[in-house]
Amino acid sequence: MATLEIRDLHVSVDTENGPKEILRGVDLTIAGGQTHAIMGPNGSGKSTLAYSIAGHPKYNVTSGTVTLDGEDVLDMSVDERARAGLFLAMQYPVEVPGVSVSNFLRTAKTAIDGEAPKLRTWVKDVNKALSDLDMDADFGNRNVNEGFSGGEKKRHEIVQLELLDPKIAILDETDSGLDIDALKIVSTGVNRFAEKGDKGVLLITHYTRILRYIKPDFVHVFVDGKVAEEGGAELADELEANGYERFLKATAK
Amino acid sequence: MSTDTLVATGNKAHSHGPGSPVPLQARSERPTSYDVDVFPVPHGREEEWRFTPIKALKSLFEDSEGTETPKIDASGPERVEIETVVADALKVLIPQDRASAIAWKQSPAALAIRIPNEAELTEPVHVNVASLGGRGYTHLIIEAGRHSRGLVIIDHTGAGELSSNVEIKVGDGAELRVVSIQQGDHDSLHLAQHDSLIGRDAKLKHVVVTLGGKVVRINANIRYAGPGGDAEFLGVYFAESGQHHEHRLFVDHEATNCKSNVHYKGALAGDNARSVWIGDVLIRAAAEGTDTYELNRNLLLTEGARADSVPNLEIETGEIEGAGHASATGRFDDEQLFYLQARGIPEDAARRLVVSGFFNDIIGKIGVPEVVEHLHEVIETKLARTAALTESALRKSNEPVLGQ
Repeated sequence: MATLEIRDLHVSVDTENGPKEILRGVDLTIAGGQTHAIMGPNGSGKSTLAYSIAGHPKYNVTSGTVTLDGEDVLDMSVDERARAGLFLAMQYPVEVPGVSVSNFLRTAKTAIDGEAPKLRTWVKDVNKALSDLDMDADFGNRNVNEGFSGGEKKRHEIVQLELLDPKIAILDETDSGLDIDALKIVSTGVNRFAEKGDKGVLLITHYTRILRYIKPDFVHVFVDGKVAEEGGAELADELEANGYERFLKATAK
Repeated sequence: MSTDTLVATGNKAHSHGPGSPVPLQARSERPTSYDVDVFPVPHGREEEWRFTPIKALKSLFEDSEGTETPKIDASGPERVEIETVVADALKVLIPQDRASAIAWKQSPAALAIRIPNEAELTEPVHVNVASLGGRGYTHLIIEAGRHSRGLVIIDHTGAGELSSNVEIKVGDGAELRVVSIQQGDHDSLHLAQHDSLIGRDAKLKHVVVTLGGKVVRINANIRYAGPGGDAEFLGVYFAESGQHHEHRLFVDHEATNCKSNVHYKGALAGDNARSVWIGDVLIRAAAEGTDTYELNRNLLLTEGARADSVPNLEIETGEIEGAGHASATGRFDDEQLFYLQARGIPEDAARRLVVSGFFNDIIGKIGVPEVVEHLHEVIETKLARTAALTESALRKSNEPVLGQ
């Protein structure tokens, strides 16, 4: 069973005034077959957690461990982490001018699998993934994220999730900026992935809206760089009703 | 992450209202002559030399005989006439600087390549110019007869100091493609002037590929002999440490309903890698119906590289289809690298993907498979060298951290 284990993770970023600690001891275990939601106010460090796990060079891990099935993730390069089975759907997917979506997808799939996908099934798979996310087959000819609308970028992330088929998917505010139709399409894609079995999902979100379509097994409230409270789906309902206020008060000095 | 480097000279040509400052010298007023003495030895502050490392070019400003005759091999389909002619056989080109005037004078003969009227070539003409290590001059004439179709690929290699003139005449209704590749050794010098005269309803695609040489400077000038001419001028360059790649274009629109499209892209990597791109377009009062666009993009792959880019548009009539330009220079975007790596693509492959993406549109326009293939190979090699460079830089910057 796939397991991502985060233990006492401390992460800082370099600022003009020296390093600033953003994550202050995060503990989290995501096992295959589970969907976890991380919720929290802006600036609580949710995205930092996502990017730190993926290995963005901006974030310095100062202590703690991250392992995937016992393997030290922090010791891996960004691409090694992806090949080990981690996937990060980004909040702001990056444009790569001159590189077509189909070239990009094929290159990524080849890198992940260690061999080129079989042409005939691959074209079919890509077209299915695109149409499942309500994207035109013509998207393959467009350059990666270039000129995509916000919603198209997010759907393109989920297309990649389905095709690259990781062990653990981290979705960083994939719901932000989506209208309700796009939100449903994206959620259906994530559920389809989760239902393949032995897939872990870590859903990072500011709002409870997406949790109407993706049912979390666990909800973690993130405040000030660590998990402040944990519970089941009912915790999300409480946040929906009362917001983050009581957590913010608790941390105010 | 791109900075627009459109500079003041790019804007002043737009202001033609009464009372607006007149440019010091309109582009068309620069002297041209076959007489070397018209052009004093440049001191480096002249508008046309201010970006160029003239100290390195000293020997090519000396009005003396070459110390070698560069080796030229030309071959092509049978119907193409390839012969040696006197220098003033065509005179489409008039030297616009000292180096070109010296090359003209010191190269009493020219190699002429003539594609007969209505000939449609299916194979390219190849011209290989090898400089053996001394100072040499070359003079090439390319003439495409009316309604002909052809492709000429000029490949410059070698170690020496080369100054060359290339004259291109495209007959009425003809379609000519000329590719000029500069891939001299690391210490080689190459100055060139390419003048093109495009006939009525004729089309010229001119491709410059600059991949090697310590200093390469190419002045490409475009004129039209009649209405309906179409010029597509493409350029790709990749300057590495200590290399200076300079491309200057001047499109002189005087005939009606002509098109020009200039599109140059360059990558730079390493300390003191330099590129200069100057794109001058003049639309004269008579040139109604002109449609022109020029674009230059530069990608800085490492610290210490510098690209100058100056588009300049002078417009003397409002009766045009369109006139525009764009120029931007950006750093290699690490976020693109992260995005691709986060999808499992190893760093070196990701870097290659980003750079080939950058060049993708222009390489697609070149449309000559053998040139495109070669270009891909050289870009690969250069990127491998760049990767080694960045890695050692990273190691250096990491050392004090590790020591803590």
